[in-house]
Amino acid sequence: MRKFSLRALILPALAFALSMVFGGLLISLSDSNVLHKAGHPLAFLKAAGASAGNAYLALFQGSVFDPGLAKPGQWWLSLAPLSETLVGAAPLILAGLSVALAFRAGLFNIGAQGQFIFGAIGASYVGFHFHMPIGIHLIVAALVGIVFGSIWGGLVGLLKARTGAHEVIVTIMLNYIALYFLQWLLGTTTFLIPGRNDPIAPPVLNSARLPLLAGSDFRVNAGILVALAAAVFVWWLLNRTTLGFKFRAAGANTFASKTAGISVPFVMTSAMAVAGALAGLAGAVHVLGDNFQLTSGVAGNFGFDAITVALLGRAKPLGTVLASLLFGALGAGASAMQAKTNTPIDIVLVIQALVVLFIAAPDVVKSIFRLKNLKTAGGLVSKGWNG
Amino acid sequence: MSLELRGITKRFGALVANDSIDLRVERGEIHAILGENGAGKSTLMNIVYGLLTPDAGEILVNDSPVSIKEPSDALAAGIGMVHQHFMLVPVFTVAENIVLGHEKSKRNGTLDLDQVRADIKRVSDEFGFEVNPDDLVEELPVGVQQRVEIIRALIYDAQVLILDEPTAVLTPQETDELLKIMQKLADKGTSIIFITHKLREVKLVADKITIIRRGKVVGSAEPSASQDELASLMVGRAVQLNPEKAAHTIGDVVLAVKDLVIKDHSGRDIVKDISFDVRAGEVLAIAGVQGNGQSELAQAMINLEEFVSGSITLAGQEIVGKSVKESLRAGIAFVPESRELDGLISSFSIAENFILDRHDLAPYAKGISLFPKVVDEHAVKDAAEFDVRLQSVNDPISSLSGGNKQKVVLARELSRPVKLIVASQPTRGLDVGSIEFVHERILAERDEGRAVLLFSTELDEVLALADRIAVMYRGEILATVPSTVTAQELGLLMAGVVHA
Repeated sequence: MRKFSLRALILPALAFALSMVFGGLLISLSDSNVLHKAGHPLAFLKAAGASAGNAYLALFQGSVFDPGLAKPGQWWLSLAPLSETLVGAAPLILAGLSVALAFRAGLFNIGAQGQFIFGAIGASYVGFHFHMPIGIHLIVAALVGIVFGSIWGGLVGLLKARTGAHEVIVTIMLNYIALYFLQWLLGTTTFLIPGRNDPIAPPVLNSARLPLLAGSDFRVNAGILVALAAAVFVWWLLNRTTLGFKFRAAGANTFASKTAGISVPFVMTSAMAVAGALAGLAGAVHVLGDNFQLTSGVAGNFGFDAITVALLGRAKPLGTVLASLLFGALGAGASAMQAKTNTPIDIVLVIQALVVLFIAAPDVVKSIFRLKNLKTAGGLVSKGWNG
Repeated sequence: MSLELRGITKRFGALVANDSIDLRVERGEIHAILGENGAGKSTLMNIVYGLLTPDAGEILVNDSPVSIKEPSDALAAGIGMVHQHFMLVPVFTVAENIVLGHEKSKRNGTLDLDQVRADIKRVSDEFGFEVNPDDLVEELPVGVQQRVEIIRALIYDAQVLILDEPTAVLTPQETDELLKIMQKLADKGTSIIFITHKLREVKLVADKITIIRRGKVVGSAEPSASQDELASLMVGRAVQLNPEKAAHTIGDVVLAVKDLVIKDHSGRDIVKDISFDVRAGEVLAIAGVQGNGQSELAQAMINLEEFVSGSITLAGQEIVGKSVKESLRAGIAFVPESRELDGLISSFSIAENFILDRHDLAPYAKGISLFPKVVDEHAVKDAAEFDVRLQSVNDPISSLSGGNKQKVVLARELSRPVKLIVASQPTRGLDVGSIEFVHERILAERDEGRAVLLFSTELDEVLALADRIAVMYRGEILATVPSTVTAQELGLLMAGVVHA
C-alpha cells in the first residue's frame, strides 16, 4: 500500500494554474475596454491586468467569500458563496467517485449521467409519494436512489461480462434511455403535480430532505457530509478489502488477474454496480438536498463533469474530492463573475476544458515548467478502451 | 574495415551503464560481446549506432575518429545494426521494406523498386539467402525476416554489422543457418559484432570474445574457453551450468492428460488429441518451437483456455470444467510464459504481487477485510526465502530485475501446497545467475516428490532438467524420448523430422 505523496498533486496544480493564466488572457482579450487601448502598450497591459484581475476577484467572491454580503453584526453571511460551492460539489464528488472507482477496475464509466438520473428518480418518488417518519424517510429515499443507480450501472457490467459489449458504447446508449425514460415519466399522472401539466414532479416532502448544516441563512446541507463519507468508503473499499483488491488487480492487468484465479466477469459486474450506486446516490443527494423537484434537466452536467473530476483527481478518492470542490467553486463563482464584470460565463467552461486538456497531455505542462523527472500515471484516459 | 571504441562512458543518473569501455573489431572478424542482461551491452551498441550519445570516449573507423550523433551517421560510416525486435513494416513487401527511407520515384511519379529488386537478388545470390523481393514480410518465417534486415544493412554498404541477440527469436535450425551466414559474411570481409548471452553459439562462431559485466570490460577470452569459464567471467563467480540431478524416486501418476483437444475461437484445432502422464518426482519437458500449441496446452492445465475437450486429472480429480481458482487450489503451481503479462501486475507493489492468488484467504483477509500489514510481513518472509533482492516490499514490482521478478512468481506459486508444477519458459530473458536459481529450485521440487510439467523452447534447458521429453509439433506429440537424447536429435524432432 503506497503512501499518499504531495508530488501527485504537482501536475494537477500546475495544470490548473496554467489554465487560469490562459483564461486570464482570454478574459482580457475579450474585454472591449482593453482592446481600445491596443495602441498604448503600457495602458494596454494595465487594463488587461485589471480586467483579468477583476474577473478572478469576482469569481473568488462568488465561490468562497464576499464581504459585500455581510450585514451589520452578521459578518458570517459573507461566507454564503462557500455554502453554494459545497452544495454544488456534493453530488459532483459522489458522481466523480463513481467514475474513479470504475477507472480503477479498468472500466470507463461514461454512464454516471444515466445512473445519476435513475438515482434521482428513485429518491424523488419515495420522497414525494410516501409519508414516513422524519429521518427514516430520508434514509429510505436515499437507499432507493442507490439501488436504482446500482441496477442501471450493474447492467452495464453484466452486459460486458456476458457478451463483451464495450462499456463506453453501452453507457452512452443507457444515458439516452435514462433521459428519455425520465421525460416520459414526468408526463405520467404519478409524477405530475395535481392540477398542473408541466413536466415537474411534486417537491420532496420535508421529512425526506437532507438537513441544513448551518442554519437557514445558508443552503449547505448534509449532502457534503454524505459525499465525504462516501470518499472514505471508496478509499477503504479499494485499499482495505478483498473486493477492492480484485477491482484494482483486474483494472491494472486482466491477464495476470485471470491467471491468478480472479473472476474478471465478476469484477466487471460488481465494480459497475458499486459505481452505479455512487452515481445513484449523487442523484439522490441532489434531489433530497438541493433541487427537491425532479425535472428533465435534473442531472445537469453532473455525470459528465464527474469524468473530468475523476481524471483531474487521478481516480483517487482524495483527488476526486479536491477536484470536485474546485469545480464546485468554479460553477458557483461563474454567475457572480458574469454579473459583476460582464465576463462571459463560458470562460469558466474554457478554464475547465483547459484543465482537462493539460491533465490529458502532461508533457505540455512538464515542458512549460521544465519538469523532467516528474512521473505521471499515463494511460488513465485510455484505460477503459482496452476492451 | 576496423572499428575501435576508446574509453566509452555513459551514465544514466547515478548508474554507470558503460564505464570507459575499450574494444577493437578487425576486418572480417566475428567479435562476440558476452554479458548478462543489464550488463551494458545494448547501451554500448546503441552508442555505436548513434541512438545514444556517450558522455566520454571516441569511436574510430579505420583508425580515424568519426562523429556518430544519429543512426544516419552510423550508416554513412558503414555501421549497420539488426535489432532484437525487427524494424520492419509487416504489411510491406521485402523490397518495399528495404527501400524505406531511400525511396526513388520513376518519371511517372510511382515508386521505383527495380533497382532495389536487383540489389536484393545480387546480395541474396552472393550469400545464398533465398529471399524473394516481392514476398510480404508478415508471411515470412522469423528467420527469413531477420535475413531481410541483414540484406538491408548490406545493400546500404554496412561493413560492420551489429547483431543484437539475433538468436533469441530463432528455432535451433534457423540459428544454425544464421551462424553459417555470419561465417560467410566474415569470410567476405564484413566485421560482425555478435551480442548474446548464449555460450554455445559464441563458442561456435566467434573469433574473439569480450566479456562485459556491470558496464565494464572484465576480460576477453578465446573461443576455446569452456562454457563454465565463460559463464563464470560473465557472472563474476563460479557457476553450475548443468545442475546435478539427484537420483529420483518415481511415484504415482499425478497428472493424467487424456484425449485433450484445444480449439481456438474460429474452431481450428490448436492441440490435437494429446495424451500423456506425469508422475510424482518426475520432470516431463514439453519441447517444441514456439507456436506449436504448447502455450495453449500449458494454459489449459488451469482452465485458462476456453474450448477444451478431453480430460485432465490431478491425482484422480478432474480439472477440466473447473474455474481457474479451483484448479490452482486443487494443487497446481503455475508459472506463466510471460511473467510481465500473465504473472505479475506491474503497477502493484511487490507485496501485493505475492497475494494475487490468495488475497481472499487467511491470514491475509478475513471476510471482506484485507490486512495490508500481514500481507507485508509475509512478503518480507517469502522474499527472503527466495532470495529476492529488494529495498522494500512496498516498492512497485516494476523496480525489480527480470530474475527477481521471476523469483517473486516462483515464491508465490511454490508456497501453496502443490502436487504439480506447470512452468512455461521459466528462464526466458533471465541472466545466468537467475537461470541457475530457477533450475535448482525446479529440481528441488522434483526431488521432494512433486510432478513437474516443463514447457521450453530452449534445448539446453530441456536437456538439463527433463527426465522425459515429449516433442510437440503442430499440435501433436511427435515423440516422447528419454533425456539421454542428443541436442541434435532433439533439434530435428522439434523441426518435425522423425527418423524411421
